[in-house]
Amino acid sequence: MWQDLLAQSLSGLATASSLFLVASGLTVIFGVTRIVNFAHGSLYMLGAYLAWTLVGALPRGHLGFWGGVLLAVLIVGVIGVLIEVLLLRRIYKSPELFQLLATFGVVLIVQDVALWIWGPQDLLGPRAPGLRGAVDIFGARFPLYDLFLICVGPVVLGLLWLLFHRTRWGTRVRAATADREMVGALGVNQRLLFTTVFFLGAALAGLGGALQLPRESVNLQMDLAIIAEAFVVVVIGGLGSLPGAFLAALLIGQMQAFGILIFPKITLVLVFLVMAVVLILRPYGLLGRPPATAHAAPAIEPPYGPPSRALRVIGLVGLAAALVVPPLMGEFALIVFTEIAIMVLFAASLHFIMGPGGMVSFGHAAYFGMGAYGAALLTAHFAAPMEAGLLAAPLVAGLAGAVFGFFCVRLSGVYAAMLTLAFAQIAWSTAFQWIELTGGDNGILGVWPSDWAAPKLTFYYLALGLCVGATLLLRRSIFSPFGMAMRAQRDSPLRAEAIGLDGFRIRWVAFILAAVAAGIAGGLFAYAKGSVFPSVMAIPRSVDALVMVLLGGVQTVSGPIIGALAFTWAHEQLMRAFEMWRLLLGLLIVALVLFFPQGLAGAAQRLAGRRAP
Amino acid sequence: MIPTLPRRVALLGAAASLAAPALHAQPSVIRIGEINSYSAIPAFLLPYRQAWQMAEEEINAAGGIAGRRIETIFRDDNGRPEDAVRHAGELLNNERVDLLAGGFLSHVGLAVSDVARRNRRLYLATEPLSDALVWAQGHRYIFRLRPSTYMQCAMLVEEAAKLPARRWATVAPNYEYGQSAVRWFRELLSRAKPDVEFVAEQFPALGRIDAGATVQALAGARPEAIFNVTFGADLTNFVRQGSTRGLFDGRTMVSLLTGEPEYLDPLGDEAPEGWIVTGYPWQELNTPGHVRFREAYQARFNTHPRLGSALGFDSVTVIRRMLEATAADTDTEKMVDALRGMTFPTVFGEADPEFRAIDHQSTLGAYVGRTALRQGRGVMVDWRYADGRDYLPSDEEVRRLRPQD
Repeated sequence: MWQDLLAQSLSGLATASSLFLVASGLTVIFGVTRIVNFAHGSLYMLGAYLAWTLVGALPRGHLGFWGGVLLAVLIVGVIGVLIEVLLLRRIYKSPELFQLLATFGVVLIVQDVALWIWGPQDLLGPRAPGLRGAVDIFGARFPLYDLFLICVGPVVLGLLWLLFHRTRWGTRVRAATADREMVGALGVNQRLLFTTVFFLGAALAGLGGALQLPRESVNLQMDLAIIAEAFVVVVIGGLGSLPGAFLAALLIGQMQAFGILIFPKITLVLVFLVMAVVLILRPYGLLGRPPATAHAAPAIEPPYGPPSRALRVIGLVGLAAALVVPPLMGEFALIVFTEIAIMVLFAASLHFIMGPGGMVSFGHAAYFGMGAYGAALLTAHFAAPMEAGLLAAPLVAGLAGAVFGFFCVRLSGVYAAMLTLAFAQIAWSTAFQWIELTGGDNGILGVWPSDWAAPKLTFYYLALGLCVGATLLLRRSIFSPFGMAMRAQRDSPLRAEAIGLDGFRIRWVAFILAAVAAGIAGGLFAYAKGSVFPSVMAIPRSVDALVMVLLGGVQTVSGPIIGALAFTWAHEQLMRAFEMWRLLLGLLIVALVLFFPQGLAGAAQRLAGRRAP
Repeated sequence: MIPTLPRRVALLGAAASLAAPALHAQPSVIRIGEINSYSAIPAFLLPYRQAWQMAEEEINAAGGIAGRRIETIFRDDNGRPEDAVRHAGELLNNERVDLLAGGFLSHVGLAVSDVARRNRRLYLATEPLSDALVWAQGHRYIFRLRPSTYMQCAMLVEEAAKLPARRWATVAPNYEYGQSAVRWFRELLSRAKPDVEFVAEQFPALGRIDAGATVQALAGARPEAIFNVTFGADLTNFVRQGSTRGLFDGRTMVSLLTGEPEYLDPLGDEAPEGWIVTGYPWQELNTPGHVRFREAYQARFNTHPRLGSALGFDSVTVIRRMLEATAADTDTEKMVDALRGMTFPTVFGEADPEFRAIDHQSTLGAYVGRTALRQGRGVMVDWRYADGRDYLPSDEEVRRLRPQD
């Protein structure tokens, strides 16, 4: 019996080592540059693919294998440098998290490029020479290569420690992690520092991928499969902390190895459960520290001005067009316009907490999905009409927002964002696995509108009315005293507290309002599609919302509307017309990021500002 | 020739393309709207689309059906049911397709099927495996080509019941397909052999198996035989860890879909030997019909056919047969009536399967055999064709499972 547990534990250690390699690169990059590098999983995947090609091309044997791995690592490092120099360096001055949008574009590009170069079939790499077999450990056969991996993790941790504590470069990196502005003020070449850090981080991702070659097949889903877990490890460990990442990887590895013995079906949600518990108990991760010093505080955002005349005119014209044009354009156009209206509200609800609220959410799809499920469950189990479903949607979503928000708004920055992600994943896996209630991943079918709203045009006007109404209400509340208080606690928590504003309560109420608005959107979405599946609250939908808000410009009030219009429209058009739509969408996003580093609405505002006298 | 180019150009312009009123092609063209998860499941679906296009070209080169050409409009849903539903709306309303087809992922298939039910339009689901598609959620307008989860499980249970093994373990991806495969396998095997016991089950997340821990957990339960439902990357990782750790030594492995070239090929010379599997022995299947298909396919695409290729080709055959029966009339009710009970030839070249009138499931079968290594690649040996009609529940049970209209 204990032999089995030992073998199980060793398996967990091997997993932990693999996780740590990927997470270490991510945490190093974040520590210095504050970039949430969504493309880290893509670099990991490229490492694996390049290693597969190079190991296959080089002569067999130790030199060929390890040489191929090393070469792949270096190439991925160089790719990382290219991403930094060509893309990210140009947008460091953009609002927080805007770089995430750029890296999301890179993810899309890499997916199609990898498919184009390496083809759709999974590739199985050769095993490592000298480490092919297994050793007997108290009666259980354990792969030699996994033993090797167990050693790689601590060795890499040790080397990184030496690099950061015994070299001049490492000292600078640590200094920059602690206080970037001060390091810049002391005359350290930040550009070079950032570029080299990116090289290191990307190379570590590549190493993680390349070392999986003898263990796992190389496939096109590797990037997204690893990225969420890598983030979880980084956040549990504490952002920027290497020992923390190591500890977190160990924790996750062991929890996974033993969790499946007790609850085989826990695999979907385990890492997110662990993260939620850790973040609730320790808001900055296991070994993370609260961000230090006042002068490192983010620059205070300019206040929102009242809408200019031009903006009012554009808004009114847009609304008039939305009312008059669609009826002339046929059934399918109505379907698309309905979807765009819903996405506008969804994006506006996320912007409400991200922009004025100053809280990032990586799991906003949870409330959208709660709305959709709230409506669909009423229809499925009580045969309720659409009106009741649309009423229930915001209630259910608001309730979920109240519960989840209660924990999330206590945290700040990326930690808060990751806790929202954890809750969203818990909600998602509940919908996925509670088959008796939700039908599992086969979803709930037959969620169609009431007869009076069944014609596409009527439903479009219903959706438009509700979405525009709710969006305008959100906008109204941004300029209300409550909105002012929200912005105050965002820009200066201490001063806001000093004049008697209860920051927690304000953020909590804002979170609930955003959830309610997302719930309205979700309810409409359910009736527009006729069916609801767990994917309405999966990570990609949260990412879509994030992309729409960032694309529009998080520091403007109209940003989410513009972003939702642009993204939904481009996505629909490209997907329909081109086979390599991901590549084109990725390139489009990267181009928009480069040309409009304040987002689309931000750019328009600047332009208008420049013209004004 | 349908002018697709102008639509792409319109993309650069304004939303004009949204409104593009159905570009009225020659009325003689029969249009099929095909929705599938091309970017999410390329390994299975790219060969599928190739064979589809090959079949379509053969029909058109022979003058079409009753003088009408057929044309397929392909759409990528990226594995998201909500996108598939939008495409279905576009294909039906803008492109004016005469029927919908496609589907690989079960939930996407169910979403499109629901659109078909509501709009009373025909949907030929080619690949989704979920039993719900034709049973719990079945309706007049959905037909399914591929043998379902239940059928493939029943084929394997027949073999598993012959084994001496009594202690079983299962490993399956953690979603509906994996769960219902395990449920059917347990239920049917327990019925066939009441003294079996199931000592362990593992449900790794789809595409994210922690293979080392999963293999160790299975080994710890000391089963005599294991039923595997994982496929794709999960299967590859499971096999690698399992063979290194000796999980398969002295144990019988029974495995769903593993004999399909899509999943066997990537394993290369590490393909496991002696597993009892369902699949497609394309190398050794030498019925006249299949030889013709294999040669044409290889000549055209310079690679061997996958199971997806066979299903893609058969789908077009089904559509051709159906339209021949209606004399190229594309009225939905007439097409549905033609499909009910219709038989059709397959690239397997076995006895013609039919679309059962009772539940609209085709009786297309699958091959059951054992895996082996030949010249460094996995193949199926000792295989036989399991005719789908022998692996479906009784009519009474189907009536109980499927809402009767």
